[in-house]
Amino acid sequence: MAGGGGAPAESRVGQVVLPGDVLLLPAYDEQDTERLPLGTSAAPRGRLLCGPGLRRCAGGLLVTKCGLLRHRRAGDGAAAAGGAYWVDSQQKRYVPVKGDHVIGIVTGKVGDVFRLDVGGSEQASLSYLAFEGATKRNRPNVQVGDLIYGQFLVANKDMEPEMVCIDSSGRASGMGVIGQDGFLFKVSLGLIRKLLAPKCEIIQELSQLYPFELVLGMNGRIWVKAKTVQQTLIIVNILEACEYMTAEQRKQALAKLSGN
Amino acid sequence: MKETPLSNCERRFLLRAIQERKRLDGRQCYDYRNVRISFGPEHGCCVVELGKTRVLGQVSCELVPPKPNRATEGILFCNLELSPMAAPGFEPGRQSELLVKVNRLIERCLRNSKCIDTESLCVVAGEKVWQIRVDLHLLNHDGNIVDAASIAGIVALCHFRRPDVSVQGKEVTVYSPEERDPVPLSIHHMPICVSFAFFQQGTYLLVDPNEREERVMDGLLVIAMNKHREICTIQSSGGIMLLKDQVLRCSKITAVKVAEITELIQKALENDQKLRKEGGKFGFAESIPNQKITAFKMDSAAVDTNNVEEQAEEIITKADPPSEVFAKPILHTPGTAQIGEGIENAWGDLEESEREEAAEEEGESSTTAFECQRTETEDTSMMNEAKDDPIVLSDSEEEEVVILEPQEVPKKTRPQTTLKQESTSKKAFNKKRRKKRASR
Repeated sequence: MAGGGGAPAESRVGQVVLPGDVLLLPAYDEQDTERLPLGTSAAPRGRLLCGPGLRRCAGGLLVTKCGLLRHRRAGDGAAAAGGAYWVDSQQKRYVPVKGDHVIGIVTGKVGDVFRLDVGGSEQASLSYLAFEGATKRNRPNVQVGDLIYGQFLVANKDMEPEMVCIDSSGRASGMGVIGQDGFLFKVSLGLIRKLLAPKCEIIQELSQLYPFELVLGMNGRIWVKAKTVQQTLIIVNILEACEYMTAEQRKQALAKLSGN
Repeated sequence: MKETPLSNCERRFLLRAIQERKRLDGRQCYDYRNVRISFGPEHGCCVVELGKTRVLGQVSCELVPPKPNRATEGILFCNLELSPMAAPGFEPGRQSELLVKVNRLIERCLRNSKCIDTESLCVVAGEKVWQIRVDLHLLNHDGNIVDAASIAGIVALCHFRRPDVSVQGKEVTVYSPEERDPVPLSIHHMPICVSFAFFQQGTYLLVDPNEREERVMDGLLVIAMNKHREICTIQSSGGIMLLKDQVLRCSKITAVKVAEITELIQKALENDQKLRKEGGKFGFAESIPNQKITAFKMDSAAVDTNNVEEQAEEIITKADPPSEVFAKPILHTPGTAQIGEGIENAWGDLEESEREEAAEEEGESSTTAFECQRTETEDTSMMNEAKDDPIVLSDSEEEEVVILEPQEVPKKTRPQTTLKQESTSKKAFNKKRRKKRASR
């Protein structure tokens, strides 16, 4: 691992990387060996972001998850070394991240806060004041077992994560308690990211079948509601199967379905 | 870690779906999930998959002094473990209520039904008997642990071989597997549990509930039965009132399911034994389908193939009868021969007998390929598909298909021989079909 050297990060983009792989950053090798002792950090080149599944090490980046290596260039394209690297993995365990929109299940009310299960290692807390229009007197009607769509305000490694159902301007903007009907199920985090990508084909194809409501949480939970139980079940099964289907297989399955 | 709570909307949806007689995975009320049995490299080691629920069974034996009140009987001991690997809600080493309940049920099913002849496990009366230990580990939890564990337990016991012993005077000799073949246990019958979940105070009934259905059910009825329709254990939990004819109906369903599962177990055992005898590949690694991207590994849905047989018949009848041209090999020079017409043979030094073999083998391979396809798409009902499953999976013939593929390339240069191959394959195919029919 340490002696293995490793491949340049750029050449591995889009390929499978495994934990322990070392990715070299060319700019880092050339410049920083000379510059670091001097202590000057003018940083003329773009800032490099080290995303999920990667860690800094002596030679460059150390991979800590298996998956596909992804890269995004910095916005203005100042230098080649800028941008962000991350590993796109298919894991199922969710780790809270600040700003993520997730679906939580209320497990209890403790004083002024609700306890929510979000699938992480710890339960999240949600103040009853963190709803749109909520005041000390006007409490939101939330029961144990309800679903709540919210976002993380605090998500640190060693602290209890905290959620809110309002954005910075105090508006709900879609967040809050999810209705009593519909069905909740879990898929892998990779599929959720795929579904949440702008202009996702799966969602577009599904929306041509019949109308339905859909909430996607970054923690792998999906809530679906269609007109009938049967229609909801179909959507659930298609989305669950998407994890294993190629685009062509999915199109065939959908074509078969819409033909009936 | 705490287990994920069940939300209100899931509960409501599941109950509504059950009222409409629909299940999450598209099964009917009385459908069992696919059962798959695979064996490990050692005797007495198996993995049973019931849908996504997966149980590993391992049997081991030991010479121990018997219990004082039963001096001539061996000891059977079973233990089920629920590890956090199966579901994050399980804690290691803790005797949870569920674990105790399932363990006692499995013990009643396997030990108290006297499915194993414990007297044959006695070596020296009052001094040495075999203790058979069945360890069951839940590897993945998707509901109905009881059924999966009971199947895994009995399959592992059937598969197990204990070392042979001989007694001369007071001296007991235990032979290693190299000296004497290990002996199987004597098994009287195979008790298998079948679970029924009841909803709305017994109004609705589901066979083989999965994890979410188990969470919303009102009561559970477990019936253990063998293929002779003898009830070995019956247990009702959850405190619901059941009517007499409900229990009777459940026992009838159990009889059908047990017959199917027993047949599947016997097929799997036979298959594994055959494979071991032939020296083929066996073990867990062989039972996993060879796929590059595990993400695309998925159970294939049941396919409607009602007229496959007719189609096959049609193809056979339409095909031309084999021509006779190739019967005479042309000898160019000693050691070089040609069969059929066409371009010069590139296979200079291939002996005639070898070629015959190659042709035959090719025929075999195409037959098996066809056969595999047939078994894969043969049945519509879930249970039947499951029955075929282990055979397809642990079939060494499938390997043959892969290995022999490159040999089909020279076919193009020898059109006549291809015809012959086809005919042989058809013959073989016919033979197989006949066998199949006879066995039905």
